[in-house]
Amino acid sequence: MILEAKHISFRYGADSRQILDDFSLRLTQEERVGLIAPSGFGKTTFCKILAGYERPDQGEVLLNDQPLSAYKGYCPVQMIWQHPEQVVNPRLRMREVLAEGDRLEQSVIEGLGIEPDWLNRYPAELSGGELQRFCIARALGERTQFILADEISTMLDLITQSQIWSFLVEEVQKRGIGLLAVSHSTPLLWQVCTRVEDLGKKM
Amino acid sequence: MEKKIILEIENLSVSFQQYDRGFGRTDLDVIRDLNVTVHEGEMVAVVGSSGSGKSLLAHAILGILPYNGALGGTILYEGEELTQKRKEELRGNEIVLVPQSIAFLDPLMKIGPQIRKGKQDPASREKLNQIFEGYHLKQEVQNLYPFELSGGMNRRVLVSTAMMGNPRLVIADEPTPGLHMSMVRRVMSHFRELADGGAGVLLITHDLEQALEVADRVVVFYAGTTVEDADVKDFAREETLRHPYSRALWRALPQNGFQFIGGTQPYVKDLPEGCPFGPRCDHFCEKCKGEIPYREIRGGRVRCILEDGELE
Amino acid sequence: MRRFNGRQRTALLFGLAVLFLILITLLGQLYAEEAMATDFSRKDRAPCLAYLFGTDWMGRDMFVRTLTGLSMSIRIGLLAAGVSALLALLLGIVSATMGRAVDAVVTWVIDLVMGIPHILLLILISYACGKGFRGVVIGVSLTHWTSLARLIRGEVLQLKEAEYIKVAGKLGLSPWQIASKHMVPHLFPQFLVGLILLFPHAILHEASITFLGFGLSPEQPAIGVILSESMQYLAMGKWWLALFPGLLLVLTVVLFDVAGESLRKLLSPGSAQV
Repeated sequence: MILEAKHISFRYGADSRQILDDFSLRLTQEERVGLIAPSGFGKTTFCKILAGYERPDQGEVLLNDQPLSAYKGYCPVQMIWQHPEQVVNPRLRMREVLAEGDRLEQSVIEGLGIEPDWLNRYPAELSGGELQRFCIARALGERTQFILADEISTMLDLITQSQIWSFLVEEVQKRGIGLLAVSHSTPLLWQVCTRVEDLGKKM
Repeated sequence: MEKKIILEIENLSVSFQQYDRGFGRTDLDVIRDLNVTVHEGEMVAVVGSSGSGKSLLAHAILGILPYNGALGGTILYEGEELTQKRKEELRGNEIVLVPQSIAFLDPLMKIGPQIRKGKQDPASREKLNQIFEGYHLKQEVQNLYPFELSGGMNRRVLVSTAMMGNPRLVIADEPTPGLHMSMVRRVMSHFRELADGGAGVLLITHDLEQALEVADRVVVFYAGTTVEDADVKDFAREETLRHPYSRALWRALPQNGFQFIGGTQPYVKDLPEGCPFGPRCDHFCEKCKGEIPYREIRGGRVRCILEDGELE
Repeated sequence: MRRFNGRQRTALLFGLAVLFLILITLLGQLYAEEAMATDFSRKDRAPCLAYLFGTDWMGRDMFVRTLTGLSMSIRIGLLAAGVSALLALLLGIVSATMGRAVDAVVTWVIDLVMGIPHILLLILISYACGKGFRGVVIGVSLTHWTSLARLIRGEVLQLKEAEYIKVAGKLGLSPWQIASKHMVPHLFPQFLVGLILLFPHAILHEASITFLGFGLSPEQPAIGVILSESMQYLAMGKWWLALFPGLLLVLTVVLFDVAGESLRKLLSPGSAQV
């Protein structure tokens, strides 16, 4: 499968700044692409558009030459967010949070170091790093074809960052999932990705 | 010459009473043992992962903990105990906080009067004009409301608030989340200037790499405890670091090999006895379950039972 | 003695308040006949052991009358608050989910109803509906839904924008699953608390318009009727006729408030509140 963003333009409301201007990107399932972007480039916004959370003003997102919106139900493009505490319902136990997603291999849960005991807890009873592991697991459901990682380790400590990324890289390699990684840290992207796009140099 | 100590925090602890579902009540020891010292003209970074409770350090110093929080240990400011009364007198004048977001600005008040705290005398006006000039903020900005400014401008305005009162101690709590690297550098350079001007700066952050760029000393915070207090220079090589956790952090830097150790930083309810890092440490032994002293080694401090040199 | 922690005390308070209110309602019902019974041989008695709240100029036992009046008020309050809260729930959700035009209309109506003094609107509606039990219930129902509707509208709007709900959509959950799994568990406690906190208002307003003569009819032993009748006897030194019914009305209102507030504390998970 190929995920393609074609000539995307976007701004929030008519009076606000142009966040994305005619931006295109192509991603195959064999690749792990890193994105370095200058200040003012809407990296999170771009991920949201690519995952179908926002509609671009112009341009389109294609998955295998079909508009992403044509895929109903479970979205094959899953995004992992920077702040895990905002993307889990505080009233649900972690077991239920995971159950929201697609079928999940036990090896994913083990590989991410999720302890069985954590499943019975509420999000507020976990640290940021523990919570992010759940969000990654939830995004790695069976039908996932592409993963968009938006600064997923920025708020975590370096060891957790390294743990999470080495698992994620191994997993997407094994299953043939395409990966887009956004981070402010160039050394990190070079460790993780097969190709790094530096928009600062391009533009 | 030895520089004067502005802030000295010994064995600070912060705990909360909390209700679970049902009727259980628990005490959460979010900070167990925190030691930090800030000298004149020095920038000290407390580095810990998000959610580890390090923001409570700022709240404890300023006396703005929630009512169900309990404080232990000692906080000395200029050699004297910092009582709640003194905190209230000093905060906003000698001790200032640079908060995380512009949500701390009053949206209905123009920037100028807001930073001057309503003072109209010529001296205050002149001072603000100078500060704005230093931060490349146009004088017109004083007549704008916070929502009319860009993110970067707001950030500089927040730093300006810190400059206004002639602060002796500046506490910056995650001042740059979501900012682009170039802007982060600029904001950090403002803090550096404050420190170079003689104030003490306490930077609280999750970002070790950022801290290493600007700070003089780094205090490593792990699961409610400060495990090491080291000069920034000590982070250049793994061998000069004193605590196994600091070393593990060093090795996990992408440019230093991106290696990791197993396990996770525990949530406050699951802290082990003794050393919080114990379960993940290669050097773990029976003694680690007891009281761990905070000792001086080679000009820094470390909370570990190992002697210098035993860590190789 | 066993020490209770704050949360247990709150639960105990809630239980006691509810128990007391139920007791008043039941007792009032039980003595409904007796409340009307006149006996001129015992008229104008000051409070004593036999007649705790004294008797009135027709020899009616004021204690029994007060209980019956309160019981009536509570029943009206329950009914009116219930209808009002359902109205609020419906309009709040409709307003938040049916698009801008609907939202604008509902918000306008909310502002309109809030803009007119409650008591005035109540009198008009009650009068138009022929006063009595029906008039009061309709009047109170139609005037008390606004703040709760606004609260629910705000909550739903906020929930719709919550990232975890958007993520749930991308994970393939249907709108129905999202509503039942994510929205209802969040809204229900707030709705319940809002409902209980409507009672005291409903009761007070019922008593007010009845006192003013636009509510329940004079032959019913309602608190409003008791208070308005006793006004002319106050000047003759029969203070007990108004004092005890008034005090008990205040107590009832406060108890409902206590029940609502304690429930709010109990329902917020992991709260530090006592």
